[in-house]
Parts: sequence; structure tokens; C-alpha cells
Amino acid sequence: MSYYGRKFAFYLVALWAAVTLNFFIPRLLPGNPVDILMAKLQQRGGSVDPSVRRTYELLLGSDSDESLWSQYLSYWNNMAHGDLGISVSAFPAKVSDVIAQSLPWTIVLVGIATLISFALGVALGIVVGWRRGSWLDSLVPATTVLAAVPYFWLALILVALFSSALHWFPLLGGYDVRLSPGWSWEFISSAAYYGVLPALTIVISSIGGWLLGMRNMMVSTASEDYILTAQAKGLRPGRIMMRYAARNAVLPSVAGFAISLGFVVSGAIVTEQVFSYPGIGSKLLQAVQNNDYALMQGIFLVITVAVLGANLIVDLLYGVIDPRTRARR
Amino acid sequence: MTTNTTAADARRARPGPVLTVEHLDVIYQVAAPVHAVRDVSLTLGRGEILGLAGESGCGKTTLAYAINRLHRPPAEVTAGSVTFHDRDGHDLDLLALKNEDLRRFRWVKLSMVFQGAMNALNPVTSVRAQLDDVLTTHVPSMSRRARRARCAELFDLVGVDPGRLDSYPHELSGGMRQRVMIAMALLLDPQVMIMDEPTTALDVVVQRGILREILRLREELGFAVIFITHDLPLLLELSDRIAIMLEGEIVELASADEIYQRPQHPYTRKLLDAFPSLTGDRGAFIRSGASSSREPLPGSQPETVDPR
Amino acid sequence: MTNISPLTEPVSEPREGPVPAAPEAARRRPVSGWRAILPRWSPKLGVGLGLVTAIALFGILGPMVVGDPAAINNIGLTPPGGGHLLGTTQTGQDVFGQLAYATRGSLQVGLLVGVMATALSALFGIIGGYVGGAVDEVFSLFSNVMLVIPGLPLVIVISAFVPAAQRGAWMIAIVLAITGWAASSRVLRAQTLSLRNRDYVAASRVAGEKPWRVVSVEILPNLLPVLASQFVFAVIFAILSEAGLSFLGLGASNSSTLGTMLYYAQNGFALQLEAWWWFVPPGAVIALFGCGLSLINFSIDEIINPKLRTEPRKRAASRSAAA
Repeated sequence: MSYYGRKFAFYLVALWAAVTLNFFIPRLLPGNPVDILMAKLQQRGGSVDPSVRRTYELLLGSDSDESLWSQYLSYWNNMAHGDLGISVSAFPAKVSDVIAQSLPWTIVLVGIATLISFALGVALGIVVGWRRGSWLDSLVPATTVLAAVPYFWLALILVALFSSALHWFPLLGGYDVRLSPGWSWEFISSAAYYGVLPALTIVISSIGGWLLGMRNMMVSTASEDYILTAQAKGLRPGRIMMRYAARNAVLPSVAGFAISLGFVVSGAIVTEQVFSYPGIGSKLLQAVQNNDYALMQGIFLVITVAVLGANLIVDLLYGVIDPRTRARR
Repeated sequence: MTTNTTAADARRARPGPVLTVEHLDVIYQVAAPVHAVRDVSLTLGRGEILGLAGESGCGKTTLAYAINRLHRPPAEVTAGSVTFHDRDGHDLDLLALKNEDLRRFRWVKLSMVFQGAMNALNPVTSVRAQLDDVLTTHVPSMSRRARRARCAELFDLVGVDPGRLDSYPHELSGGMRQRVMIAMALLLDPQVMIMDEPTTALDVVVQRGILREILRLREELGFAVIFITHDLPLLLELSDRIAIMLEGEIVELASADEIYQRPQHPYTRKLLDAFPSLTGDRGAFIRSGASSSREPLPGSQPETVDPR
Repeated sequence: MTNISPLTEPVSEPREGPVPAAPEAARRRPVSGWRAILPRWSPKLGVGLGLVTAIALFGILGPMVVGDPAAINNIGLTPPGGGHLLGTTQTGQDVFGQLAYATRGSLQVGLLVGVMATALSALFGIIGGYVGGAVDEVFSLFSNVMLVIPGLPLVIVISAFVPAAQRGAWMIAIVLAITGWAASSRVLRAQTLSLRNRDYVAASRVAGEKPWRVVSVEILPNLLPVLASQFVFAVIFAILSEAGLSFLGLGASNSSTLGTMLYYAQNGFALQLEAWWWFVPPGAVIALFGCGLSLINFSIDEIINPKLRTEPRKRAASRSAAA
């Protein structure tokens, strides 16, 4: 099978695994989530509609006699229709609606922050790795401090510094609540303003990893034979650094981008919590606190699909930039 | 752009050697310093093929790299000089050239051919891009069409289908990669080519083809060659003069004929004796060290093979 | 929360071939003496070891020295000074004392999860890599899938489904280990694959050595540096993840770790009240410990990948290579 074919197949398997995992987790763990949910629903004034109960049972497991296999199939059926249940914490909104409303915030925040972090980290890594033995090398251990810093702690520090102390940036939220959401310039600039600190948190925390990885690869690559050839050819150092060294050294970083994205998403969840940013991360935590199992499951699924999708895109990209992968059986 | 100078023309253009190395010393500055090249002096005539032979680790590669200042730390040139006598009349002290001047000198006047079977070509860019690199860097005035033409011309010259220009290195066979390396080295019509074990990793039939190309190209274009290898018989066929290196020193330097007929240094003899003959008695080499070149000298015991 | 992924580190082999490196014999077996395995001394290693040891000692011995961290006072939130080295929390509890216990808690979790995760990744990575064939394909697929499914959301979901009463330290540790072994197993597998093809391994197989002997005698010793490095990654990952979980209120119910401290700090409005002495130290301990471990990993890296070493060079004024 070709490279692209194999990648698609893998991600399909991963997707299947994630959905199946989602199906089994509530069933394997102790407790009876459906009853808890129904009780909460009644508290909120919701009806104990059999169809609602049925949906929950499919999501979370029930004591009925129905075979696991048929439950599993019905579950898939629901997924295919986008029926993720009704949210308890945001009653009476559907889970899919809650997600749809908060997902864009996270995607924009995480997407932009990750891209900036990657670009900066790789660029710095190239320079530091190429000029080995210079004073820049001594900076490298400093970046390990950054990489070991917990996202949320960094967020706390930034907030304390820039919000409470200096009052440069707002303390929390995604936008000025006096404004109404929409595509107005006012709203977008407000959203950008509120997004600076969360984005900064993500960038600072994750840049160390990219930098280190790239720097190590540059050092490795610098002793390769084709670099020697390039030098013997009398090419300009800048060109050698970019076209010959960096071009090869960046490959593992791209390959590893997928895994790192998982970490960034994890960090983003916690960051959102600190800033009360209206993204999908804080919704997840709200769901946990309110025992809103359906919403939790739904968010987990969406996050996983998003990460898998991003990974797939990156893997396809990798096939383009490394011609050797296309040749492999 | 080919000047079509024959070797004889080159010699007439400016008499005297094209490269002079005098008392060169290269030391690896590690905890226990290694004196890799000791007091080496040699000259390279215009259009001449000079073979550099010796076993692994004798310093021949270090010497070649030091001439072009490609040696990397911890290797350091501690003494000596390398002078390039350009055909337009100038003399260049290679070891004293500033970085930018060195960069402009490289490949234009002196190019190198590495072992193509190694990682010598950039794996992620096409072969054409790597040839273009040289042209855009050293001859920026060249138009795209002229560059394409030049690359195709060189591929024809070395016997590779120009249609393969857009391939990636991993898509080419070892022999083809070597020819590509040679084509790349000829792009700017250099006066000296240093070839470091260019055929060692190839099978003998391909090797012969490449060597014939080199000889033919030398006739056509008139460049000089320093050919580095451990394969002495090959040099006997190919070179005009041969230098034998042992532990960093040149122990003998003479014409190929002289080396073959009247080797002076014991190590040279030992090297010659180490290659079995195609025409002698079967088993003669292992039993008594008889090789095509000579009778075993009294006192030089050949290696016996342990029957166990 | 860190993306120093073990996967962005290059997996390397000793260089072979006619390159003008320091003249040495052709291929030879990696020296397996202890000398070659121990890291070379360098300032980085010194700082790293120093940090790790200091914090470890603090965690181990600290709780024996400080007073009761849960003792409530009437003094309320106070800055450092006057008997409280790091001030007090909102309920008058001694922050320094809490820090000591919390450090111990975090270290325990870190160690526990580190060992479990490394064991899991060794199992799937080394065995898969050595045995090859269908087993390898299955193990590989499994670890790739585990790798690609985002860790923290999974952990959150699992933790959330477990009722708070049953959420003990072991449970959390197991969950963290299960979600954190995949990256290391890929590295170990790659390294095992490259070792498996070395001449000396082939030689011992031809000589009829049993597989378990080949693995334990030929392969494992050469994997030690990589294993050590992966263990360090696992510990860093464990401490950070556990801290994140606790911060979100999903940690083990009775435990007290650095993450738990930060959870209480945030819920006690330490930020808004500018009580820096409450929320800065716990995170700082995590960061410094992680930094120390990373520095140690650097030194281990230099064993695995000799190209990363900075050779002590004599910068003489003589003519040397151009860039």
C-alpha cells in the first residue's frame, strides 16, 4: 500500500479505537452514570423522556439485558447522526450545540499559538544548532526550564504579573462581556486582546520542545556528508544552513509535531481553566464538575477527532517534504 | 562553456605545477593529539593524475581535506603551506584565504568528488537542484535556460540520461550517483579535481566505466586529478605519478612506472605484494606471496594463512 | 504539559565510513564497560544532579522537620516572615510545611508512574522490536494509536467516571501510566531494531544463544542509556500530568501534591489577593525539578549521541577550517 494509503488506514483505525474507547470507559468503571444523570436532569426540570434515557444509556451503559454488541452498533448509529445527547450543565442545549459554540475559540487559540510556537522554536533551533559552541549554546539549558514549567503555573504567573500587577491585560474571559459576539471589528479585536495571555502561555511553554529538538537535529545533521559536499561546493553558509541542513533536520520535528500537538492540547485545556477562556477545555471541566457525562464524552470525542485530523494533515505533509517516504513500500 | 583544452594545452598555458604543498602538518587536537599528516610535500602538475595510495587511516583523506580547508575541528593545520597556481597567472595561498575568498575559490578552481555511495548528495532535493546550486552561487548571471542546458550537457558528458535530472538521489543507482558527482564537479571547469575513493563502493564493471570516463574527460578538458584510494593496482593503471602514504608521511613519490618496476621503499613493496595476480599460478599468492609484480625479497616474509 | 517529546530527539548509531574523523579502527562493538555508560562530568550534569538531589531531599526529609501542614491558624493570609518561611495560606496553614509534604507526594507519584510507564514501554517497545513480525506490527499499531489519542482529555474522562471515593493514589498512578508509555515505546523500539541488526547480535544468534539471553546480555546493556533517558522523561511527564490533574480537582482524593497546592491556591483566590508566596513555590519546585531532570537527560543524550558533545578544544591562533 502506498504511503498515503497506509496513513489513511491508520487514522481510521485510531478513530475507531477512540470511539470504542469512549464507548467502553463508562461501562468499565464503577458507578451508574445514567441514574446520576437522570437525577440531575430532573433537578433541572427536564422530563424523563424515554428517548432521552435511551440516548444516555447508549452513551454510558445500562443495566438492561440488551447485548453489548447491539448497544455498540446503536452507539455508532447515533454518532453517525451526530447525536451526542443532551447536556445537563447547559440544559436544555444539545451536546453538539454546546461543542459547536465553544470549539472555534479553542481552535483559534491553540491553532495560532501552536503555529507561532512551532515557527519560532524551529527558527531559533536552526540558528542555535548551526552556530554550535557559541554563547547561544548556553541558552539551551535555560529553555529546558521553560519546557518543564507546568502550563497552568506559567499561566498563573503571567496573570499575576500582567493582570493583577501591571493591569496590561484582562484577568479572564474570552472577550469583553459587554460586547455581543459577532463578526464586528470591535469584537474581534477584543477577542484578540483577551487571547494574548492564554496564547502567550502556550507559546512560552511549548517553544522549548521545538527548539531543543531542532537544535539537536541540526547538530546531528551538520556532520552529515552532504553538508561537507555543500561546503566544498563553495555555497554560501546561509544557503547551506537552510537548504541543506535545516531542510533535513526539520523532518523529525514535523514527524513529531503530531505527538506534540497532543501535549499542546492538554496544556490548552488547563490554560483555559486558568483564564476562564470560553473554549472547549473549560467546557470539559465544567462538565466534569457537574457530572455532565454526555458532554464530557462528546468533548473527548471531538478533541480526539480534531487531533487525529491535524495529525493526518501533518503526516500527509511529511510525505511531501521527504521524498524518500513516497518510495518506501 | 567548455574550453576544450587538452592536457597538453593546459601545460602550455602556464608552465609549472598547478598545486604545491610544502611541509604540511595536520594534527587532531584531542586529549592525546594525533599527528595525522606529517611534513607532507608534493606538487601536482597541470593535467596530471596523481595517485595517493595507502591503507585506511594513513592520513590521505585528511590531507586531501586539508588542502581544500574542509577539515573540521579537532583537526588543525599546524604548519606548512598550500599554494594554488592559477592558470591566469595568480598564486593563491589556500591556507591564508579569507572565508569569502575561499568560498569563491572552491569548486571554481578546485572541486571534489566524494564517494557517491555515501550520503554525499542532499537526500531531499532533486539532483538538478543540487547542480543548479553551484551555478546560481558562482555564476549568478546565468539564465535559467543556460543552466538547464549546462546541466544536460554535463549529464551527457558523463553518460547519464538528462531525463534523470529531476530524480532524487535515492532513486539512482550507486554508479549513477557517482557519475552525477563527477558531473557536478565539472560544472565550472575546474583546474584541479580531488577524488576521494570515488569507485571504492562500486562493483568492478561499473568502476572500470567510471575510470575510463575520468581519463577521457581529462583528455578533453585538461584538469589535474588527485586520486585517493587504497587500491594500488588501480592507480598503476590510471595515474601518471603515485604517492605512497604511511602513517601520515609520504614514503615514496614517483611515476607509476617506477613504482611498479623499481619500488624503493619497503612499504611500497609490501603494498604491491599484497595483491594477488590474475595470471600467476593458482594458490601461489597465499602459499608464497608471489604476485605478478615481483619475486619476494629475501627477508620479507609473506603472511601465511593459518590452516585452522 | 511539556512537549519535549522523546521523539524529537534523534536516534543515532555510531558513525562508520571513510570520514575524516579522528582516526580509529573500523566498526567496533560499543564499549559496554561501566566507564562508557556513565555520563561525562560537565557543569550541566552538576547543576542537574544538584537540583534533583536538593528537591528530593527536601521531599524526603522535609516533612520530618516541619510542623503539621494542616494546622489552621487564625492569622489568615500572611506573607513570608515571622516564623513562617513562606507565609501562610488563607486558613493560616504554613505554606513551607505544605510545600514539603506536597513535594514528597509529587515525587512519590512521579517515581511510581515513571517506573510503571517505563516498564510498559520497555515491554511493548523492546520485545516488539526484537521479535519482529506480526507481534511487532500489533504492538506498533497499538502504541501508535495510544500515542495519537490525546492524553490529558483521556485521563480527565477516566478520572471523572470514577467516583471520588475510589479515586486513590494508585488509581491515578495506573491511569497516568497507561496513557503515558506510548512515546517511549517508540523510541525503545527504534533503538532495539537498530541494535538487533548489529554484527555482534547476529553473531550470538548464529552461535545458538537463546533469545532471552541475547536480549539480556547483548541488547539490554546497550539500551541502558536510552532506557535511563526515557525513564527521566516518564518522571517529568508523570509529575506534570499529576500536577495538572490535581490542579483541575481530579487528582487522588487523599493525596497532597504540588498540584493540589495550586488547586487550593487558585480556589483561595491567591491570584487576586496577590499572595505570590502561595502559588509561586509549588510551581517553581516542579519547574526546577523538571529542569534538573532535563539537564541530566542532556548528559545522557551526550552518551547516546556523541555528536552532541562539545569537545574541549584548544583555540590556537593557527589556521583552521573555514566555516
